[in-house]
Amino acid sequence: MRRPLTLRIIDSLDGKAWLALGVFLALALVAVPVLHLAVPEDSAFHVSTYVITLIGKIMCYALVAVAMDLIWGYGGILSLGHGLFFALGGYAFGMYLMRQIGRDGSYQSDLPDFMVFLDWKELPWFWSGSDSFLWVAILVVVVPAIVAFIFGYFAFRSRIKGVYFSIITQALTYAAMLLFFRNETGFGGNNGFTDFKRVLGYTVTSPETRLVLFGLTALLLAATLVFAAWLVKSKFGRVLAAIRDAESRVMFIGYNPLWYKLFIWVVSAVLCGIAGALYVPQVGIINPSEMSPANSIEIAIWVAVGGRGTLIGPVIGAFVVNLAKSWFTVSFPEYWLFFLGLLFIVVTLMLPQGLVGLWKKLTTRKEGAAA
Amino acid sequence: MTKTILVFLLYACSLSAQAALDAAQVRQLAAEDSSDKVAAIRQLTQTADPDAVRVLQAMADDSLYLAGGKAVIIDGDKAFDAATGAAIRVPADAESVTVNNRIRGELANALAALKLFDADAGVRLASAQKLQSSVSPEMAPLLAQALEKEGDAQIRALLTVAHAQANLGNDDPAARMAAVKALSETSSPTIKSLLLPLTDKAGEPDDKVRYEAIAAVKAIDGRLALAENLGRVFSGLSLGSILLLAALGLAITYGVMGIINMAHGELLMVGAYAAYGMQSLFRAYLPDWIDWYLPAAIPVAFFAAALVGVVMERTVIRWLYGRTLETLLATWGISLVLIQSARVLFGAQNVEVSNPTWMSGGIELLPNLVLPWNRIIIVGFALFVLTLVWVLMNRTRLGMFVRAVTQNRPMAGCVGVPTARIDTLAFALGAGIAGLGGVALSQISNVGPDMGQGYIVDSFMVVVVGGVGQLAGAVWAALGLGILSKLLEGWAGAVIAKISILVCIIIFIQKRPQGIFALKGRFVE
Amino acid sequence: MMSTLNRAPDDRPEGSDGIDQLGHLATGELDLSHGVALYLEDITVSFDGFKALNNLNLEIDAGELRCIIGPNGAGKTTMMDVITGKTRPDSGKAFFGQTIDLTRLSEPEIAHVGIGRKFQKPTIFEQHTVFENLELAMKTDKRVWKSLFAWLADDERDRIAETLRLIRLAGEADRPAGLLSHGQKQWLEIGMLLMQEPKLLLLDEPVAGMTDDETMRTAELFVSLAGKHSLVVVEHDMAFVEKLGGLVTVLHEGSVLAEGDLATVQNDQRVIEVYLGR
Repeated sequence: MRRPLTLRIIDSLDGKAWLALGVFLALALVAVPVLHLAVPEDSAFHVSTYVITLIGKIMCYALVAVAMDLIWGYGGILSLGHGLFFALGGYAFGMYLMRQIGRDGSYQSDLPDFMVFLDWKELPWFWSGSDSFLWVAILVVVVPAIVAFIFGYFAFRSRIKGVYFSIITQALTYAAMLLFFRNETGFGGNNGFTDFKRVLGYTVTSPETRLVLFGLTALLLAATLVFAAWLVKSKFGRVLAAIRDAESRVMFIGYNPLWYKLFIWVVSAVLCGIAGALYVPQVGIINPSEMSPANSIEIAIWVAVGGRGTLIGPVIGAFVVNLAKSWFTVSFPEYWLFFLGLLFIVVTLMLPQGLVGLWKKLTTRKEGAAA
Repeated sequence: MTKTILVFLLYACSLSAQAALDAAQVRQLAAEDSSDKVAAIRQLTQTADPDAVRVLQAMADDSLYLAGGKAVIIDGDKAFDAATGAAIRVPADAESVTVNNRIRGELANALAALKLFDADAGVRLASAQKLQSSVSPEMAPLLAQALEKEGDAQIRALLTVAHAQANLGNDDPAARMAAVKALSETSSPTIKSLLLPLTDKAGEPDDKVRYEAIAAVKAIDGRLALAENLGRVFSGLSLGSILLLAALGLAITYGVMGIINMAHGELLMVGAYAAYGMQSLFRAYLPDWIDWYLPAAIPVAFFAAALVGVVMERTVIRWLYGRTLETLLATWGISLVLIQSARVLFGAQNVEVSNPTWMSGGIELLPNLVLPWNRIIIVGFALFVLTLVWVLMNRTRLGMFVRAVTQNRPMAGCVGVPTARIDTLAFALGAGIAGLGGVALSQISNVGPDMGQGYIVDSFMVVVVGGVGQLAGAVWAALGLGILSKLLEGWAGAVIAKISILVCIIIFIQKRPQGIFALKGRFVE
Repeated sequence: MMSTLNRAPDDRPEGSDGIDQLGHLATGELDLSHGVALYLEDITVSFDGFKALNNLNLEIDAGELRCIIGPNGAGKTTMMDVITGKTRPDSGKAFFGQTIDLTRLSEPEIAHVGIGRKFQKPTIFEQHTVFENLELAMKTDKRVWKSLFAWLADDERDRIAETLRLIRLAGEADRPAGLLSHGQKQWLEIGMLLMQEPKLLLLDEPVAGMTDDETMRTAELFVSLAGKHSLVVVEHDMAFVEKLGGLVTVLHEGSVLAEGDLATVQNDQRVIEVYLGR
């Protein structure tokens, strides 16, 4: 009996996971808005704008972490260039946000401020259509997909793997960063895009807009988790893991690893692009430093801390590392890099399965002791 | 008119070098109007009388005064008659002669021209060199005269060029022709710009001279382009040496041992800070020997970076052999810790490391091609380090053990090679060489906590392009990438050059995933 | 037991499935009409001047069971690499059947046209269960899109179950394959090969690390497969080779030294020299 796809998707998560997902969505879509809008600001239960922005930002990171886990945890391919796809999505949506400023910029021009500053008279061709939300939404998905497809096709076809691949992705994002740093590239150079005013006509900083963006991010994160769970439980997921463990065997039983890797690579890039697009209006800025190699490699540590090869791991990792980061940068800014550096070392040396692996080990040991 | 005076003056000069200057001319130096002063300076210059140097020098030094209708030189509490040089009483009502910038320029030229007649060949040479870039047409006769007297070949050559420059504006087409011909042998952009007006009908009525000028400009252009390209190749070579120094350590740790060390750039930083530390120590305790801090820094940097390497290998990398992606992440963590340590120890700002005096200046190969000493020394240093590494890897027991361990670890262990210690030593060696690279970098770029980050991508590119396990590959890749990026920079700018290099490498890796010097065979997976 | 297994390929018309689905084969469908399954002519492969294969000629008939023996470095593994597309020959022809030019196909394409390979070192998916290993190997459309929505049909489950019984791993179906013993891993890999339903099986030292009992059972299995499939077995174990019967080809320094039944080959003076040294 063939099972309908919907049922298979439902099957890909167990009851506990669905419950957890439900609780998460209830918190994000109901509890947070109520606590932000209805509870007075001086109350202990009030959720401040700062917290909403912070959690919204981290959920975007979590989305990136899940995307990274699909390619690294399940596909065995460590990308050190995922920041590029994130930034491409962010820049694509940033173009729309820049156009939405209209004539409210410092120069009261139809052109974005930085173009006036550069003495440009009209929008470059690649900005055409950027005032349309729909077109930009397409760009957010298609641009990372195309870049990932072209790069991935050639890299995987040449059977570049392991650290070679990692280093080349790093070079890729590094080259892109240099490109975006140039003013002539047409994306605002060093400063990137900022000072957004509106999105779809709504003020970008109003509490309602923030909450909608927050809710949207939560929904997308949940949807991505379900999608990823279905993907890794499908035969595709098994082939992918097989490629990770014994690629030559996979080839000799008739699968072409190129297309499998390319598919998951593009999917992963697109997820990053979407995360970037959600990130920009919430954080209010996008600049080339998002493409710096250091940023991309940090994504890997979120996944490693949480536990790769699991789907909840990257989400946990993204939250733990980034909450620690915002705490450190406020309280002990000079120790943040020490902490992050040691985290890289400790996790790779002592926690190869991350926090999820640690949790599993502890619970099974307890069960063993009880029995 | 000028000519008659000149002839007369030359005559006077030849009679007696000690003869007094023309008092009226000297008086005119103190004229109200700047143009009158300039005229006086030029006239005095054309006397070619070394005695004029005395007056003009005094004028340049602001010690020429006007007193009682006469020009006098007042030096401290002594005074001289400007025209005769005789000591006089210090006048009470001396009024200083104002010298503005235009006059100063004129004076400098005049002094240089007059020094052409100095008895000392060194002074004449310096003066002739100075005149290369500032010749006025009025000097032509003077230069002709100097040329006639000059015996030294080198000075003669310089004078010929200067004389030709002065003659470009001569009314006589034959003189212009001779000048253009003489100048076509040179290769400087200034002379080219002097010749350019003559290539135009408006600027040069005589056809023959114009054609000659066009040919001359072409010849100069050719030599200029050659020099420019040579310059680019040299800076490519020097960039290549820097890349090589940065990558050589990596060629051992990654290329031979297979360890991905993302903290490699930070080992460069350790070396650079070691140079900074030695500089500070020398400044504080051995200020007389400050120029020698750099040689002293070389062993210090090597051992400092090697020590960091030993600690890294013993505490982290040791546990991750065979797990390259994990090594990558862990060493990245180490790099963050090292960067932050440098910030805490030395501050977040760049520190200043200065070149020893023997490294400043350069060799002037062509008028527009100067090879700076610091670059030349770095090329030499890279060669030295390369030789060192080659000898260590191919001619010593350590090198043999390292190669044995990397080729077949269990077998090497079986035949008694202490594999664990070899790993540590080899990694320390790679780290130490990175430290040496850091010393070189400290001489040409900023030294700061983040300096290593900029080199890590480049270094890996060198090793990846060169091919794993290949020292020769690393050398060719470093030089090739260095020269290629400098040539690209020449016509596309630094950023575009960098991007195109990275794109080229990405494409190259597609074609030859194993690097230039690929290993082939059944052992390649 | 054997018979059910052997029937499976017969259910389908020759060369229909799998090949049509790929749709981009360069050289057409498998054609065994002339009775030749594999045809290698003048194959030369060199690595940095060292000739791993030197004008190698080999012909395997449809349904034949052929053993390849030879000292280390004779070129046995390289030959398999050439047949399966892992290594491209410098010169020479490699044809599967009459029409399929192996030198122009990639590894997955070669697997699709019906050549299965077992590695010298058992290569299985250690993180997957035994069942999943067989499922992944099963002959089916192996493109990405189909894998995304693939669902095991009942007859496919039955086929996996049959193979599990055949390779005596029915009790281990849900265990991760990495936990199997060495001999069991060898059997699992053979089972995966069978799930592919190949026309030609290349088996590189299939009984290394097996007990005598397992070795004999493997020999029985191979003998029963011959006829429907062509088999090329590389082996050092002479008892095993003897049990298999069939022709024996001796490789030495990249080319064929001798060919014939085991007894003939064993008495060949040159073969004795090569094995015993000069």
